[in-house]
Parts: sequence; C-alpha cells; structure tokens
Amino acid sequence: MTEHPVTSEQAPGRPARSRPAILAAVVGVTGELLITFGVLLGLFVVWQLWWTDVIADRIQADVTAELEWVRPVQQVAAAPTPTPTEVPEQDPVRRDFPAPSIGEPEHLTTFALMYVPRWGPDFARTISQGTSKSDVLDVLGVGHYEGTAMPGAIGNFAVAGHRTTYGKPFNRIEELVVGDPIVVQTAGTWYVYRVQSTSIVLPHQVEVLAAVPGQPGEVPTEAVMTLTTCHPMYSARERYIVHATLDYWMSTDDGQPAELTGEA
Amino acid sequence: MYGWVWRTLPGPVWGRVAIVALVAVAVVSICFNWLFPAVAPFMPFNDITVE
Repeated sequence: MTEHPVTSEQAPGRPARSRPAILAAVVGVTGELLITFGVLLGLFVVWQLWWTDVIADRIQADVTAELEWVRPVQQVAAAPTPTPTEVPEQDPVRRDFPAPSIGEPEHLTTFALMYVPRWGPDFARTISQGTSKSDVLDVLGVGHYEGTAMPGAIGNFAVAGHRTTYGKPFNRIEELVVGDPIVVQTAGTWYVYRVQSTSIVLPHQVEVLAAVPGQPGEVPTEAVMTLTTCHPMYSARERYIVHATLDYWMSTDDGQPAELTGEA
Repeated sequence: MYGWVWRTLPGPVWGRVAIVALVAVAVVSICFNWLFPAVAPFMPFNDITVE
C-alpha cells in the first residue's frame, strides 16, 4: 500500500494536493469572500450616507425648479424702499383665520415649499403629498401625512422628512427653538408658523398627528403644523417632533414674509 | 480566489489591470443603482414617520 501513494487519484501531469493544501485553499477562499463582503458593506455605508444625498438633492432641485409659482426670495437691500409720501398700503400680514387653504392634492404632487430661516437663508424644500418612503420621502423630500390638514387650515398640517440621508431636509431639527418661524409657501399664500414645542416620542405615538396634537378626537380650533423625523440620528428608535402654530398668513401678491427677507 | 482570477485573465499586466478596474466599476454601479436601493428598505434606521 505504501509503495504507490495516491496514484489512483492523481490527474496525469499534475501533482496531487495534500489534505492540508485543500484546507488552506478553502480557508483562503472563505477569507477572500469575507473580505469581499466587508468591502460591500463599506460601499453600502458610502451609498447610504453620501450617494443618497447626492441623488435626492439633484431630484429635489429639479422639482423646485419646475414649480412655476416659486419666485426667488429677495433680500431687503434689493427691494425698493417706499417713499414716505405714499399712502400706506393695507398691512399684508393677515391674522384672520381660517387662512385660505387648498385641498389635498393627489399622491406624489408637490404642492408647497417650506423655509426655515434657522436652518440658513438658502433652506427651501418642497413638500409633496404622501409619506411612503420609496416614492416620496426618499425621492421628493418632505412628505405630507395624507388625511391631515393642509397648510393654513384649522387642524394639524403634519409632514415627515429625513434627518439623515436622502437629502436630509430635517437634519438640523434639534436647533429649532420655541418661536422660530417655519414659512410655508403654496401657489397663492404664505403661511408663517412659529415653533410651539419640541418633543421626542416613540414611533407608535400617532397622537402627535391628531388635529389637536396629543389629544385625538378633540375638535381643533387653531392651525398647527407638525414635523416628524427620526431620533436619535441614524436610528429609528424614537421620533423627534416639532409642533408649530400659525402666526399669520399673507397673499403671495403682497410681497414676502419679513421672516424671509431679513427684516424680522 | 482572486489569485486564480488574476492568473486566468489573459493579456499583459496593464490589460489585466484594465479588466479588473472595469469589472470593479461595473460592480459598484450595480450595487449603487440596484442592489443597495433594494436592500435599504430593510435597514432599521430609515424610519421617520409615526404610524
């Protein structure tokens, strides 16, 4: 037996591979596969944290550009100063409620823009109908909870937005403090909400979306706005909630809210 | 595995480097355009709504 070792299994012209050599090959391939998997995981992180922002920012800029009613916000310096001899016009700031409001549009329709001066003079994001991730929140940005009130209407105008990744519209939500303006623009009206409260809730606490936030079933008497996003960052354990109440509204024909032009 | 691939690829070294680079670009673009978007909804950190 020992005179002709392994000749029967040996391919002609090739040396036989011993058992340790096969084991080494298996371990080697397994190791290479694990390294490959690790590299793919790293690529996924790059995609999630960087590439989704690139794509979402591009799409949202395109959507904003397509909205015909959006006019660039003019800073005070550029606006003509009224001469004192002019008859004072009617104050464009309106506090008679309910404010004019539009009906809920179809799913995916982009119907409003929101500005948050606290997040910088350039912060302007579209609001689209729906809160499904794959077609609204991951693509179009901020989404309006279907069935909640529309901007300016008595009730709760509730929107959701990503805090990290996919353009991260609500990235700086924790910087908002009580009294900060949140300006919403629709085709005909400006709505200026002011932050009333911020809170952290669990994902199932849908009472934050109630017409009177926190009190489901109550009949609303004022127009509120609610922002929801994830908390803590890069986690879905909790939700960061901002409630704001409507301070005033004005027609888009009467200029721009002072909060945006730098006067306030 | 990768050693075997490298030995099996035809052509001079620069040709093999080109092929490997091309395949790498293809793999990354497939991942970015199809694989990762398909996997992302199952990740536990993207939920931002209350429901």
